[in-house]
Amino acid sequence: MGDALTLTWRQYRLERRMFWRNPSAAFFNFLLPLLFLTGGGAILAGNQHQLNRLIPAIAGMSVMSTTFTALAYNIVFLRERGVLKRIHGTPLPALSYFGGVTANAVTNTTLQIGIVVLAGKLVFGIGWPRDWAELVVFVLAGVISLAALGVAFAHAIPNFESTAAYVNAVFLPVVFISFYVFDSHSAPGFLRQIAEALPLKPLIDGLYGAFITGSGLGNQLDALAVIGLWGVFGLYFAVRGFSWEQRSG
Amino acid sequence: MSPAIEVRGLCKRYGEREAVRGIDITVARGEVFGLLGPNGAGKTTTVEILEGYRARSGGEVSVLGQDPGRRSRALRQRIGIVLQSGGIYNHLTPREALRHWASFYPHPRDVEEVLHLSGLNEQADARSRTLSGGQLRRLDFALALIGDPELIFLDEPTTGFDPAARHAAWETVRNLRALGKTILLTTHYLDEAQALADRVAIVKDGRILATGPPRELMAHPPGGAAHYRVSYRGGSGQSIELQTDDPTSLLNELTTAALARGERLHELAVTRPTLEDVYLELTADG
Repeated sequence: MGDALTLTWRQYRLERRMFWRNPSAAFFNFLLPLLFLTGGGAILAGNQHQLNRLIPAIAGMSVMSTTFTALAYNIVFLRERGVLKRIHGTPLPALSYFGGVTANAVTNTTLQIGIVVLAGKLVFGIGWPRDWAELVVFVLAGVISLAALGVAFAHAIPNFESTAAYVNAVFLPVVFISFYVFDSHSAPGFLRQIAEALPLKPLIDGLYGAFITGSGLGNQLDALAVIGLWGVFGLYFAVRGFSWEQRSG
Repeated sequence: MSPAIEVRGLCKRYGEREAVRGIDITVARGEVFGLLGPNGAGKTTTVEILEGYRARSGGEVSVLGQDPGRRSRALRQRIGIVLQSGGIYNHLTPREALRHWASFYPHPRDVEEVLHLSGLNEQADARSRTLSGGQLRRLDFALALIGDPELIFLDEPTTGFDPAARHAAWETVRNLRALGKTILLTTHYLDEAQALADRVAIVKDGRILATGPPRELMAHPPGGAAHYRVSYRGGSGQSIELQTDDPTSLLNELTTAALARGERLHELAVTRPTLEDVYLELTADG
């Protein structure tokens, strides 16, 4: 067991080292949310009510892009290149491998949430988050759920060339619907129902509570339950359908 | 001590298709064993079952005394695998990759020694994505050797190599053999099997057609192909090839007749069948 933990740590260190050596990954992870913050902030400048909603929305999107999107890309790429198959032939325990990979994604999420929190305090005037515990719980639940969904979704992607199409076909509509429904009281009922059933809108609700209202975890149990259910679904398919190899043909 | 690999009646079905239909192999410890056959013969399927990548449909398999289908970590610590096409992280250097891989094994070899052994000294600190195809293949070897395995699987290890690189790879295999390692090699290069393998099995359509040391297969081809070929150019320039079990008397007849006619037998040659002849004969359709 101690050995498996050491190997998880080593895999994590390796993933961090490779992350910083890959400029495009670093770009997507840090510049993208900053761009959204800057752009959104510029448009909504002076409207504190809107800025209060922008910050949790971008935090939620950051959780999704650092876990769901990043893991789906990573796994399809490594699978197609034969790296996963090679690792599968070594004594490295599968749990240590996925532990290291997931910890890497969580580190990126944490860094991004840190950026958003700092920007909220220093630039957007929303102060420090009202409820740190709620922030930690929701970020953690979102990370586990969306990371599992990203790994599960990687099974559906046939090859690396089509990854961007597949991932964006999910990521963009989910972000759009969730942002729209979160922001607008006049959203059509069916859109609202779809958004409430997807994991991102409940995550943003929870983050809104953490950042802005400090409503407390007790008022967000429904949102947490939806995220949790998606997590169970994601974990089941992530483990069950996992393929270490590129399907031939 | 049990053999390094023991396979009895191995079968593998993919839906309706039978990729492997009853293969028997025994590989002794310290032996270099070659699986030879055309593409689609079932070589890679067989090897991937032995490596623990695939589940078998039937038969018994033992690798270093264990069932590879159980994928035990203890077994994977004792084997090294060179895949036909295994990728490596783009942004790592060979030295970093070897250090990381070394941490998976209880008694790894020294990283510097393996870099040296696989001829990667000069590229040790270059990012993998800048390495050439041949250098990546050497890294494949290096990663398979870093755990100091008892048994090494080499799936078509020199495909795409230039002649110099091939001979360097052959030298590596011979060095490993000298260290007492067992090696299971698949190849479709016959000269490679002839140069490296103590014994070969010729596989076609999921079955073994012949097994034995290359020298013996050439001397006593299964299926009764002739042992020697005698060829020369006849009086009107046409080339003639004869097959015989007894080249001494055939040569005596030919030369006696030619001398009696006052002719010379141009380009007279006696050749033993190569592994390629045996192979082509066995794997020919029909």
